[in-house]
Amino acid sequence: MQIYLPIADLPLNVFLILGMGLAIGFISGMFGIGGGFLMTPLLIFVGVTPGVAVASVASHIAASSCSGALSYWRRNAVDPPLAMMLLGGGILGTATGVWLFTLMRALDQLDLMIGLSYLTLLTVVGSLMALESLRAIMRAKSGKPIVLRRPGSHLWFHGLPIKFRFKRSRIYVSAIPIWVIGFIIGFIGAIMGIGGGFLLVPMLIYFLRVPTATVIGTSMVLTLVTMASATVMHAVTNQQVDAVLALILMVGGVIGAQFGARAGHKMTGEWLRLLLGLLVLVVGLRFAYQLVIQPQDLFSLRMTEGAP
Amino acid sequence: MIAFRCAAVLFATLLAFAVTPAMAERLIISLSNHRVMVTSSYTGVDLVLFGSVERDQATVARRSGYDVVVTVTGPRETERTRRKGRVAGIWVNVDSRTFVNVPGYLAVLSSKPAEAIADADTQRRLQIGFDDIILPQRIGPDVADVVKEDPFRKAFVRLKEEQGLYIERENAVTFLTPTLFRADVPMPANVPFGIYEIDVKLFADGAMIAQTNTALEVIKVGFEQFVADAARDHSLLYGLATAMLALLTGWFASVVFRRD
Repeated sequence: MQIYLPIADLPLNVFLILGMGLAIGFISGMFGIGGGFLMTPLLIFVGVTPGVAVASVASHIAASSCSGALSYWRRNAVDPPLAMMLLGGGILGTATGVWLFTLMRALDQLDLMIGLSYLTLLTVVGSLMALESLRAIMRAKSGKPIVLRRPGSHLWFHGLPIKFRFKRSRIYVSAIPIWVIGFIIGFIGAIMGIGGGFLLVPMLIYFLRVPTATVIGTSMVLTLVTMASATVMHAVTNQQVDAVLALILMVGGVIGAQFGARAGHKMTGEWLRLLLGLLVLVVGLRFAYQLVIQPQDLFSLRMTEGAP
Repeated sequence: MIAFRCAAVLFATLLAFAVTPAMAERLIISLSNHRVMVTSSYTGVDLVLFGSVERDQATVARRSGYDVVVTVTGPRETERTRRKGRVAGIWVNVDSRTFVNVPGYLAVLSSKPAEAIADADTQRRLQIGFDDIILPQRIGPDVADVVKEDPFRKAFVRLKEEQGLYIERENAVTFLTPTLFRADVPMPANVPFGIYEIDVKLFADGAMIAQTNTALEVIKVGFEQFVADAARDHSLLYGLATAMLALLTGWFASVVFRRD
């Protein structure tokens, strides 16, 4: 069943979009990530222009993370003060990122910059996560106890001032690294057009030692707020949000996210991190492949101005 | 005196008629639809163009039959063709050309291969076929077309053909009778919106003997139009509505799937 998308200006099969929403929704619910780094390339692959893809995916992620955040909320798996503090840094980071994005656009190699930053970020983060969780799994297999929080191994920034106690996450940390993490996520998200959940989750685990129980729910709340505001911002600045495309993606996404969240709850943190790490790594390698292998067609077209 | 003047006018009129009959073929065309409406179920459509060659007693006999070339030109666009090259092991865009005000859609439909209809000179003068239609490029401060072998021009035409927006068919005009023809004009799913010009040229014995044109319009209608208008004219409201829709969908799903 084909449907014509009013902003993307092309017909697509409803069930194809719905299926993509389901699949990405499942992954996002399972890992507590938005899934933008998977959905945006998928949409571009089926023919949606990058601008429309990025803008419409934002609202899809908002819906997915909303349903995910609510189900984590009911299980008391969200740390609201931590989320609010991250959000503060996130808004500052987004503003800085948008400013730099506009600046970079003047140079013609924006595609290359985005491709390279995807490649670097995804492969580094993916392999780090996969290796770390593999080591944890090995430790568990060999019978040694898993030490998630080593009391003695404080990193330097754990000694910073302005300390806050986050009761639900049972951590006592300085506000400075929280704001810095929020800023980095907002900044990268604005530059690369992603929610940044796949970065936030490991950062919260490794740097702030947030337990796996609250990390996903908290990350989802942050993703929800940033992506909902990104939808409005994209609609106002470049009018590229396709509500019809977004709605179909959302319906698939929220259903997928429910099943994903349940599947995620059944798995141990190490396996979850290993899977997510591998997924991120694979997408990163896909970008590397694209950059290194000679493209089938050396020429490409880009409309600069013309018919609406 | 008056009678003489009348006779003179009559004679002059008759003389004028006697001089022009070789031009007497007239081309009459009719398009199945002058307005293509893009709705939610739009997946492309074929328009049918009918044409008739009108002759009268004075029309001279043509040695060969008639040939027709239909050129459909869509709304003008400016597009950039980019070429990738290898820099330090990775493939990046190294070179580009900007094509200024080129048709976003272009169909050249003819009854025979262009070479069989007219000689190369005539083809070039009348811009028949992709090789001879002017596709201006921005070259430094100037805007001009280049030779047809130019790699960027060839790549541009090829990419547009792959998108289904540039169509060149040598047998797409069929003669039902020696003077009646039809042509199918394909309008693919991704047609740009706007006014399209249809130009029909009639050839005989290697020369153009008649020409006529018409136009059609591709527009968005119904719900699609409503959404597109809202996104453009009330962007803040549209954005807020989409965000609310997202939150509602998420909330609704979490209520429906609640299991506690």
